[in-house]
Amino acid sequence: MLADQDRIFTNLYGVHSPFLDGAKARGDWDGTAGFMANGADWIVTQVKESGLRGRGGAGFPTGLKMSFMPKESDGRPSYLVVNADEGEPGTCKDREIMRHDPHKLVEGCLLAGFAMRAVAAYIYIRGEFYREAENLQRAIDEAYEAGLIGENACGTGYRFDVYVHRGMGAYICGEETALIESLEGKKGQPRLKPPFPANMGVWGCPTTVSNVESIAVIPAILRRGATWFCGIGRPNNAGTKLFCISGHVNKPCTVEEAMSIPLRELIEKHCGGVRGGWDNLLAVIPGGSSVPVLPKHICDDVLMDFDALKAVQSGLGTAAVIVMDKSTDIVKAIARLSKFYMHESCGQCTPCREGTGWMWRVMERLVRGEAEVAEIDLLHEVTKQVEGHTICALGDAAAWPIQGLIRHFRPEVEARIAAYKNAQVQAA
Amino acid sequence: MPTLTIDGKEVTVAPGTTVLQACEVAGVEVPRFCYHERLSIAGNCRMCLVEQEKAPKPIASCAMPAADNMVIHTNTPQVKKAREGVMEFLLINHPLDCPICDQGGECDLQDQSIAYGKGASRFHENKRAVKEKYMGPLIKTVMTRCIHCTRCIRFAEEVAGVEEIGAIGRGEHMEITTYLEQAVTSELSGNVIDLCPVGALTSKPYAFTARSWELEKVESVDVHDAVGSNIRVDFRGKEVMRVLPRLNEDINQEWISDKTRFAHDGLKRRRLDRPYVRRDGRLEEASWAEAFAAIAARMAGLDGSRVAAIAGDLADLEAMAALKDLMANLGSPNIDCRQDGARLDASVRASYLFNSTIAGIDRADALLIVGSNPRLEAPIVNARIRQRWLAGGFRIGVIGERLELTYDYDYLGAGPGTLAEVASGGHSFADVLREAKNPMIIVGQGALARADGAAVLDLARRIADGYGMIGEDWNGFNVLHTAAARVGGLDLGFVPGQGGRDVEGILAGAESGAVEVVYLLHADELDTARLANAFVIYQGSHGDAGVKHADVILPAAAYTEKNATWINTEGRVQLGLRAVFPPGDAREDWTIIRALSETVGGKLPYDNLAQLRRRIAQALPHAAAVDEVVPAAWGVFGAAGQTGDQPFASTIKQHYLTNPICRASITMAECVAAQETVQEGTGTHG
Repeated sequence: MLADQDRIFTNLYGVHSPFLDGAKARGDWDGTAGFMANGADWIVTQVKESGLRGRGGAGFPTGLKMSFMPKESDGRPSYLVVNADEGEPGTCKDREIMRHDPHKLVEGCLLAGFAMRAVAAYIYIRGEFYREAENLQRAIDEAYEAGLIGENACGTGYRFDVYVHRGMGAYICGEETALIESLEGKKGQPRLKPPFPANMGVWGCPTTVSNVESIAVIPAILRRGATWFCGIGRPNNAGTKLFCISGHVNKPCTVEEAMSIPLRELIEKHCGGVRGGWDNLLAVIPGGSSVPVLPKHICDDVLMDFDALKAVQSGLGTAAVIVMDKSTDIVKAIARLSKFYMHESCGQCTPCREGTGWMWRVMERLVRGEAEVAEIDLLHEVTKQVEGHTICALGDAAAWPIQGLIRHFRPEVEARIAAYKNAQVQAA
Repeated sequence: MPTLTIDGKEVTVAPGTTVLQACEVAGVEVPRFCYHERLSIAGNCRMCLVEQEKAPKPIASCAMPAADNMVIHTNTPQVKKAREGVMEFLLINHPLDCPICDQGGECDLQDQSIAYGKGASRFHENKRAVKEKYMGPLIKTVMTRCIHCTRCIRFAEEVAGVEEIGAIGRGEHMEITTYLEQAVTSELSGNVIDLCPVGALTSKPYAFTARSWELEKVESVDVHDAVGSNIRVDFRGKEVMRVLPRLNEDINQEWISDKTRFAHDGLKRRRLDRPYVRRDGRLEEASWAEAFAAIAARMAGLDGSRVAAIAGDLADLEAMAALKDLMANLGSPNIDCRQDGARLDASVRASYLFNSTIAGIDRADALLIVGSNPRLEAPIVNARIRQRWLAGGFRIGVIGERLELTYDYDYLGAGPGTLAEVASGGHSFADVLREAKNPMIIVGQGALARADGAAVLDLARRIADGYGMIGEDWNGFNVLHTAAARVGGLDLGFVPGQGGRDVEGILAGAESGAVEVVYLLHADELDTARLANAFVIYQGSHGDAGVKHADVILPAAAYTEKNATWINTEGRVQLGLRAVFPPGDAREDWTIIRALSETVGGKLPYDNLAQLRRRIAQALPHAAAVDEVVPAAWGVFGAAGQTGDQPFASTIKQHYLTNPICRASITMAECVAAQETVQEGTGTHG
């Protein structure tokens, strides 16, 4: 359980002013110039030592990622791009940061951007977040006016600009290279990696794409110390995390908690528990729709962090916890997720373009039970054919929910098939 | 120079090579759909996945740069499964069209599914279908078959320079289209038919006419422009079914223009297949003997100065050589191959060649285009210029019309005035040329086919000399011809002899009566009405402008119907091979002249092609160096003088109708119509 004084996002619910006055009262922009005076490399070291892992879903160590950027320019400017696309179903944390505590993000952009010797930050916010973008832009305007960013950021002489760019409603634009493409004005289709964005990013320049939360916690890490951050959560899974719990809980919410908190504790302490009591729980998707579902018996004692969830063949992802009780038609739920991935596939590479449609169509039949048992294995094979063979992770993301279903709820699917057959026989 | 191991074999490759290219070096076949050597890397078909040791998942070999100590496996079960998986995915939405699809028999999807596929599909859902798209009269689209490799998009954007093909929609609803369903405007559009690995984009004129295994093929050379693109003529029986490109890195790489590809249906129409003689004002069928007799009768006792010959744009080297000999025997100095009246100087070879060579464009770093529209006159050359321009550091200036080219250029001015400014150093573009290491100038016929042509040529020469275009291993002076026969004619010296008349002189002479007999060898780009008073002998393949006032018609073979030689604008000698026989009584050109020589002028001293070619090689040593470019010695040419005010304009008015074959072609007529009207597809227009 996270101690109150260890919270970073103290205006998560928008009770206080999101803007500069409120931000300053919450401690933002305090000593920023001093951090910059310590030097770019110092900031990167702090972030590395904090153990911060990317909050956008992949969990790549943020400090390490920052260190990939060139220390010296070869003529090309470097850029920080903030991924505020927040498209992962179930995720609603970056939204709260941007509409209720945007200055944390702006300050984070400056510090992280400075650490990577970037000239500007582009915040790519999903088009659906209209009010959030308004608040964010207002915060940026305030920061410019107060001289916190711009020509002479915080009086350090460093020039740093922050821009907001609105997306147009595509999940795939949350993928870092597709986001870069969209930012450049092209179709949001992911690029091949290598070359990596740190080498060849937006407009061919070195770029780091990071999640909103990852950037927004950096000022706090610098202010309170890497050791402090590292001390929360288990080793290798450090810090605080915004969890978004939705679904069949009594009080769905977004809450900041310590990493490695037990799932049960998270749900019971902050969400009023599962609807109908813990034993009414059927399954939980712990990290956004892209990670495999976990059945209740695993949820009983699993910890919410990267390593623990990986160990049970799932993942922390964005920490969007989707809770499903026993009233859920789990097959239909996964089928709906399959439909999402089919709809959001960009169409560039063969396995995703064709495979997501195939997987969804089979899932729809499985919902009705209109299939053979052998088709469950066929479906599993198809997911294996898609996984790992695509340009970006959307293919993997489409495959995993189905793999989770088959792994943990196969009896349910088979029962569905048997019931359908029965019904056919009865009707005949 | 990275060294990597592929299937146990070590290979060392140039830096920047991809794993797929390294596999090719190692002799290992990697299947692929979207990869093409001449297009940017897409990496989206995923068919080229191979296993790399220490990599968590298979890598796309077409995109992964080869690195030192990489260990690659292409024959493991994982790779086999990946390929089968991708193939299965490609086939789930692909229609079972093979029996009705033109691509069958030469289809990448068919070939690779046999070699790398599963053998049976496990897909039992509904397949998606895509509405047909309209892409013009040349490209037939069945977009349901499309596998979204995006080769057509990349070709149109990168090589052809028209951003007209793209994809709309997302996921399985992604469709490749020309956005507004208009015809693709590029003159290279037909190449997407070759590129498309499936039957989504096929040749509309060729649709449903033949299967690839029925066709025989012959390697030949194109004559629709002066580029001499290497082609493969596919024929079945006596009919030319289609024309495809042949690889030649120095000329056309892997592309051919739409005219080259599609005008061949004109070979079947308006053909001259028997001799005709005009009696009492009407053309009547005749035998060869009767035709020759008619000629002999008219020529009897005629002084050579009253006889003339004009060689047209499609004439082959052998025919021109024979005709030149015949004219010499008749004592006539009135011969000319410059139908358009271009003031070309046949005495200095370098003055009328594309000296840099087409491949040499790759080495240039500045270009001045004078009086030419390379996009329409020589689409292949234009594509090469664009390719060079894309690489950066290539300033291009244009003097003449404001052209729509597929690259950015500085428009310097309209006519000789601007050219003189550049020559004198007054124009700022002179600095660009001066500072370049390998500057080039391209002079088009539009700058030369005018009264001040010789003066323009002189100015161009001064620019070449003055701005470092002529050096040890670089000659940047280039003349871009529009006619396949032109350089051959100039090389042979098919130009007026002492006191001889040029084309304008011949036409004027025919009007005045000073010239009584005019021999037209495939010459139709003239105002033949001016020959009404003369006795016109027309030797050619089609009933076009030339036969209007002909008194004797000698039916000849078109370019696909004879073994003949053409010299392209670079001065490269190339051989065309015969695919089919000429129709009816038509004969190969040189044989007609040889046969005529028995009755008129005295028997020519060659009885077969080899003898004729030997004779030509004696006069033109470089004619024996087939497929090579023999650099020409630089010299002084052109004639300093007053230039006029008239702006330069390309000599090509309608690019699709430049010779009799094109004008007889229904496909070319459709292209013209598509240009003039905005065709609306029926799909999105209700």
